[in-house]
This record gives sequence, C-alpha cells and structure tokens, in this order.
Amino acid sequence: MANLRTNTAGILSPNPFWLASAPPTNTGDQVKRAFDAGWGGAVWKTLGEPIVNTWSRYSAVDLNGVKMIGLNNIELITDRPLEVNLREITEVKKQYPNHAVIVSLMVESKREVWHEIVKRAEGAGADGLELNFGCPHGMSERGMGAAVGQVPEYTCQITTWVKEVARTPVLVKLTPNITDVRQAARAAKSGGADGVSLINTINSITGVDLDTFTPRPAVAGKSSHGGYCGPAVKPIALNMVASISADSETRGLPISGIGGISTWRDAAEFILLGATSVQVCTAVMHYGFRIIEDMVDGLSNYLDEKGLAVVEELRGRSVHTVHDWKELDLNYVVRASIDQEKCIGCGLCYTACNDGAHQAIGAERGENGRTIVRVIEDACVGCNLCSLVCPVDDCIRMVQIPTEVAPCSWEQHQSGQGKLAPRPQDKNFH
Amino acid sequence: MRALKSSLDPFAEKKPAMARDEALIEANRCLNCYDAPCMRACPTHIDVPGFIKKIATGNLRGSARTILEANILGASCARVCPTEVLCEGACVLNDLHHQPIDIGRLQRYATDPFVVAATGPDARPMFTAAPKNGKRAALIGAGPASLSCAAELSRRGWEAVIFESAPQPGGLNTYGVAEYKMTYETSLKEIEWVLECGAELRCDTTIGRDIAVETLLSDYDAVFVGVGLGPVGPLGLPGEDLPGVRDVLEFIAELKTSDRSAMSLKGQKVAIIGGGNTAIDGVTQACRLGAEVVYMVYRRGLDDLPAYAHELELARTDGAQLVLNALPTCVTGPDRVSELTCVRTRSGEPGSDGKRAFEVIEGSEFKLDVDLILRASGQEKRRGFLGTIPSLELDRSGRVVVDGDGRTGNEKVYAAGDCVSGGQEVVNAVADGKRCAVAIDRAFRGGN
Ligand SMILES: Cc1cc2nc3c(=O)[nH]c(=O)nc-3n(C[C@H](O)[C@H](O)[C@H](O)COP(=O)(O)O)c2cc1C
Ligand code: SF4
Repeated sequence: MANLRTNTAGILSPNPFWLASAPPTNTGDQVKRAFDAGWGGAVWKTLGEPIVNTWSRYSAVDLNGVKMIGLNNIELITDRPLEVNLREITEVKKQYPNHAVIVSLMVESKREVWHEIVKRAEGAGADGLELNFGCPHGMSERGMGAAVGQVPEYTCQITTWVKEVARTPVLVKLTPNITDVRQAARAAKSGGADGVSLINTINSITGVDLDTFTPRPAVAGKSSHGGYCGPAVKPIALNMVASISADSETRGLPISGIGGISTWRDAAEFILLGATSVQVCTAVMHYGFRIIEDMVDGLSNYLDEKGLAVVEELRGRSVHTVHDWKELDLNYVVRASIDQEKCIGCGLCYTACNDGAHQAIGAERGENGRTIVRVIEDACVGCNLCSLVCPVDDCIRMVQIPTEVAPCSWEQHQSGQGKLAPRPQDKNFH
Repeated sequence: MRALKSSLDPFAEKKPAMARDEALIEANRCLNCYDAPCMRACPTHIDVPGFIKKIATGNLRGSARTILEANILGASCARVCPTEVLCEGACVLNDLHHQPIDIGRLQRYATDPFVVAATGPDARPMFTAAPKNGKRAALIGAGPASLSCAAELSRRGWEAVIFESAPQPGGLNTYGVAEYKMTYETSLKEIEWVLECGAELRCDTTIGRDIAVETLLSDYDAVFVGVGLGPVGPLGLPGEDLPGVRDVLEFIAELKTSDRSAMSLKGQKVAIIGGGNTAIDGVTQACRLGAEVVYMVYRRGLDDLPAYAHELELARTDGAQLVLNALPTCVTGPDRVSELTCVRTRSGEPGSDGKRAFEVIEGSEFKLDVDLILRASGQEKRRGFLGTIPSLELDRSGRVVVDGDGRTGNEKVYAAGDCVSGGQEVVNAVADGKRCAVAIDRAFRGGN
C-alpha cells in the first residue's frame, strides 16, 4: 500500500485530499465528519468581516442528463461570527491533531487588520493560512478577493504584511480571472508566500431562464455574475497549475491544486502537473464526504500499480512534457485507423470528419443496410476528432505513420533548419 | 458486430459479459441512492452504488473488493442471482426509466477480471488468510454455504477443512445451474480463487462412510453442515422406473459435464414435471437441446406456480408448452417411456401453507406422447445423513433446526444453506454461511 502522507509547504496531512474553503467547511461539525470519513485536511470557509448573503445563491450546468458538471455561486465569505469559527477551529484541532486545518482569510487591505486576523487564526490552532485573493463576486466589489488577486502589487503587498506576523505556512489562493496566472504566482512568491492554491472560481453566468429572461441564480428578478467551479473548470485549472510549475521564476513553489476535482484520477492529474495536495468543493457539495473513500482507495491502488511508494514520487512527473507550441515536432505523422471488427456502424466519425474536420472519412451502406466507414488515408490530417467522438473503446486508433523526414519544430523551420514532411492539404492546393 | 455473435448459440450466456464502454455508460446511469434499496435487497448487502461508482471511476480492483468483501461468491452470484427480484427489482430506476441498472452484469464486469479470468497483476490475492489461531473447523459439503463459511473462517485465522463427496466442489453451483447462466468451468474457477483465502478442500470424501461423524466431532473445534438437499426423489407413479424417466438435476449435471453434442434431443418429446425454477431450467435446457416439444406439467394453476415470473417468461419464449392443472398418474411404454398419463385438477381454497389445495376431476384422464420425462418435483431432504449427527434436530419437513446464529441442537454443530432453508438462492446460502462463520468464531474463540 502506497503512503499517501503529504507535506504542502510545511503543512502535513495524512493524505493529499483537502476540502476547499467553501460550504463543506462552514462548521466544526462538518469538518469533523469529513475527517472521520477520511479527508486529510480542510481549508476553513473564509473568515473576515461580517457579511450578509442573499438567499438564492447557486446555479448549475447539467450535461446529457448528468447533473452539475459546473456549479456557480454568488455566496460571500463565512456568515458566522468570527468567535464561533475560531472556537470550533480550536476544538477540531484538539480532536484531530494529525489532520490539516488551514484557515482561509480575507479582510480589508489594511496592514493592522491583516495582522490581527492572522494572529487570531493562528491562536485558534491553524496549521496554515490561505489568503483568499480569489473570490470573484461580491467581495471584489468591496476591494477584496479577486480585486486583490488581479493586481500583482496588491497581492505582493498583502502577502508581505501577513508574513510579517505569520508563524505557520502561508498559501495564497489565486484567481483565474486574469490574463496570465504566472504574474500572480510570482507576486505571491515575492511577497514571501510559502505556496499557492489555485484556482478559485471563474466569473460566470451559467445560463438564462428562457421564461423569465433572468440569468440564474435569480434573486427577486435580478441576477449577478457568479463564480464557476466543478468538473467543467478542471482543464482551465490544470493549465494554470502546469504553467506555474513550469515557470522558471516559480518552479518548486508548493501548489495546492483546486478546480473540478471529483475523483482520484482528477487528483492524480493535478499532482502529475506539480500539485502537492488537492482541494475539493463541488464534488463534496454534490455527493458528500463519502467520496473520499474511493479517492484514497483509487489513488493508492494507482500508485501501487505504478510501483510508486509515496505521492511525492508522482508529483510533477508530467511537467517536463509541457512545452511551447513552437517546440513541437511538425513531422510527427498520425492517421486514423478504424477497427472494422469493433465498429458498430453508428457513423458518428463520418459526420464529425465530414462536417467538422477534413472530409477524410467515407461512409457507405453495406449489406443489411449497415453503415460502413473508411478513412481516406491521404486526406486525413490526423487531428484525432473521429477517435474522440467514437463511442466504442479502441475502435478508432491514431496510428503513427513512419516518415523519412527528420523531426522539425516551427522554431527550427523558421530558422531555416529542418524540412517539413508533405502535408495532406498539399494535394488540394493544386 | 459483437451483438450478433452470441445470438446464434442456444447455450450462449443469457447475461453476457460487458465491455468497458457499455459498463461505463451503465455505471454512470446509477443515481447513487442514499440508503440504497438495491443494497438492502441483497441478502449479502453488497454496497451496490459503491462498487458501481468505482467502475465509473475506473477503480476496478476496488470495485471487485467491495463486492467480494460482502459476498465471496460475488462472481457466480452476478450470474445466477434472480436479480430481477433482488437488487434490480429494488432499483428506483424501475419507476423512473422502466429500466433498472443492470447490476448483475456490472457485478460480473467488476469481479471477473480478478476471480475467474485473472492474469498478471490482477491475479494478486485480494484476501489473505489471517495467521492461524489454532482453531479448526470441518465443513461438510462444498456448496456455496460451506465455501462462504470456510472463506470467512480462514480470514479469521481458522483452519477450515471442507469435505465433499462429489469429485468436484460447488454443489448445485457447479452441477445444477443452467448452462446459459453459468458454466461448469466458471464455478470451478471461482472456487479455486475462493480457496486461496486459505481453506482446504477434500473431494471424493463422504462423511459417514470414509470418515465417521464422531471423528469430525472429536477432531475439530466446530463442524459446519452445508450438505444441501438430495436428488429429486421418485413421484411414486406406476411405470416410473422405465428407462427415460430421470431426475432433472442429474440430467443437468450430465449436460454440464459431458459432450453436449452427444445429448441432442432433436425430434424428441420431453415432459418436465414440476413448477419451480429447477423445472424451468429443465425446460429451457431441453428446448436448447433441440427437443421437438417440451411440456411443463404442473399439478396446480398458473397463480400457484412457484417459479419466478421472469423464469416462466424465459420458458415461454423458448417455446415450452405449459400443461397446467395436470397431475401425472402413470408412465407407460414398451421398453422405455412413451406415454405420460395425467388427470386434470381443479384449484380449491388456500390451505394452511398458503397454497391452494387442488382436487382431481373425475374422468379427465389424458395422455402425452413423450420420449423423456424429467422429474423436477422438489429435492429430497438428507434425513438419513442428518440423523447420524447427535442432537441435531429436524423440523417436520426435514429441515435442520438452527437458531439465529445458525447453531443446531448440537452446540458444536452449525448449519446453513438449503439443508436449513429447504431450498433458496445461492446468495442466501452465502449470506447464511458467512453469518455462521462469524458466530462460530465468536463462540469458540471470542472473536467479533
Ligand atoms: C458555494 C461556494 C462557496 C465558496 N466560498 C469560498 C470561500 O468562502 N472562500 C474561498 O476561498 N473559496 C470559496 N469557494 C471556491 C472553492 O473553494 C473552490 O476554489 C472552487 O469551488 C473550485 O473547486 P471545485 O471545482 O472543487 O468546486 C466557494 C465555492 C462555492 C461553490
Ligand atoms: S483524424 Fe481527423 S482528419 Fe483524420 S479521419 Fe479522423 S477526423 Fe478526419
């Protein structure tokens, strides 16, 4: 059995799975039940100035009968009194000394106010702090959350203030609502952050009610943009995590990966791209704390299968494969190949290629009226689309075609070195 | 073209294996109910949504473990359970989509790669025997109840020795299940895997003949009786001993263990006597062997027919003719059976057992032309053998009397399976066998 213990910027937890700062970590009772279920850590629902929430506050995106592939919220930080939260943090820590309790913080941009809240959170027993510079709605209108995270100077400044008094590790939670997340990560690092957490939610409108014409969630006939999360945002989060891992200025900065993680597979992907721990919100709001059982079981079976003894051996393994486009080999030729034995004759690949790609699949009626599809080899550009739409496992494979021509990247091509293999379109041009 | 392949062979599996793409779609249909009704409907209480969720995430080993932890014969139960009336019957999607989750086949999808077709790393043992605790148990009969009990005892550190009089273990699982549900080979493969949990098996060994009951009682700390039921006994009809009258179970066992092509029933007329699920197995096997006509002769009416509705439906789609309210009276023929004589019956009022009594209609005699008669009128109890175990008590119908823990009148002897229930599903035997193991461990070692 692989060892799942992790150390994120000095914060120790029995496994890499933390609850993200959100409704599942509203109360001590929830956090305790989560730890009992097997979660390794919890980032407490953000503490700060007293706030008041709207009632209607969530909306979701469903897909093909699958509920909640994306979730949107217009909720603010904790609406419970600071004293109550601090008391419960102390209580949880006392009962669960080996689990990680990280306290998320967001207050107005004043040095004394930050000093004060840091001391109180640490006084309550926090194992680490997470600075919420990411909340994209409501709080940002008041100059907090994403309003700080979107300006590198502010991010650096407030991190510096926090580090003046903090005794526990400090993670800065980044907003994805910016052009280049590396700038934000660099700013956090230069302010002394021990690590970064990302992503917070993405500005969104999940949909519009076609009868009332009001976007969801509706609050007395009005709506407001919210923060988007859940499975749908994972690719965006993965890219941001990878770009921070690969950036020469932030390489090695500990990362707690967040965004659309629902299973051990998602978690493994974040870890491969450089995250040390991962945080989960939507999946728990959907299915409850119990999902942790399979996350732990699945990750540990996976590590065993790969012959890895600790999670750390998995971390960052994919980072070196992420490159700029200009460095990719333009002479790596692949082509679709359809296994006629497996084909069920649905014709999805034909439609996709014919309408959406390169007209490289032909379809005809065979005996019994069954659709027979064939790849037109010298028209196929190897884009992968047909293999992506095919509902049958391993029916359409992308096969590498050997070429006489040596590898050549765009960079090499532009500098006059290297030669391009002939491309399928060439024919059509004559 | 995978769908076409199976439809041509009459003995092809009724619930064929799933491929990954099919399993994933099916698994993703599962709603993951709170306090899932499927789990409650399963006698072994497998965490059904749990294992299905694991299939959906691609954690197949975890899924198999979830199943087998609860039910060590999960691979055969996936095939032979009447899921229509158990887990799938309880699925909430029956109401929503008129199509429950295909739980049986998903269970097979999850367990087969580790239990019956394990290769490479999948063959790593899933469960291991605990270090020996010095306690020894003898188990009589190697059917599902004993296998389940033995596996659980081994996992608790007991030395468990199973004695079986047949050449191969498994009881009805091996010899008595219709081929399109589960093959002989599958049952044996699964048992081989179960025995890896640490139990020892001695076949061709009959207790009371090769080893005395007293020897077992003195040599072992506990004895488990899982002997099941006996053959289908004679009906008491004149002419019944003519060649061509057989016990349906013996017929099915022969079919499973010999060359099927030599058993063709092409052009023959077959009558199965009985109305239970075993009778249906006889009917469907005879149909699949090419019989020209297959009669299912039952003495009561359709309302009192004990077979499951889905099984009866299968017999009907196979083309069987139901001969209801018909009581066989004699078998005739020159040198082997050629006619079955019956009289018509009429159903009366429900009796004390809930079943309706029936009365014979005078002068209603009729004959069926038959070449083969299969008796499926209920298995006999093993009164003779059971009577040799000191202090063991039987009820009026010959079933072993046990308490909630499965303990018999002899405090060293526990029992479960068909010899206690009088004839239930494999999954019930597994559940009860395991419960006995827990009780035995508690009683003789103080385990929990
Ligand atoms: C209803 C709701 C409330 C949230 N509140 C907070 C919060 O108070 N502080 C914070 O840092 N992030 C908050 N988040 C963002 C989550 O911590 C997390 O970054 C985001 O949901 C992405 O993870 P996921 O895809 O697993 O949900 C909230 C998210 C939701 C859905
Ligand atoms: S890989 Fe792209 S171009 Fe080639 S057949 Fe498939 S869809 Fe068409």
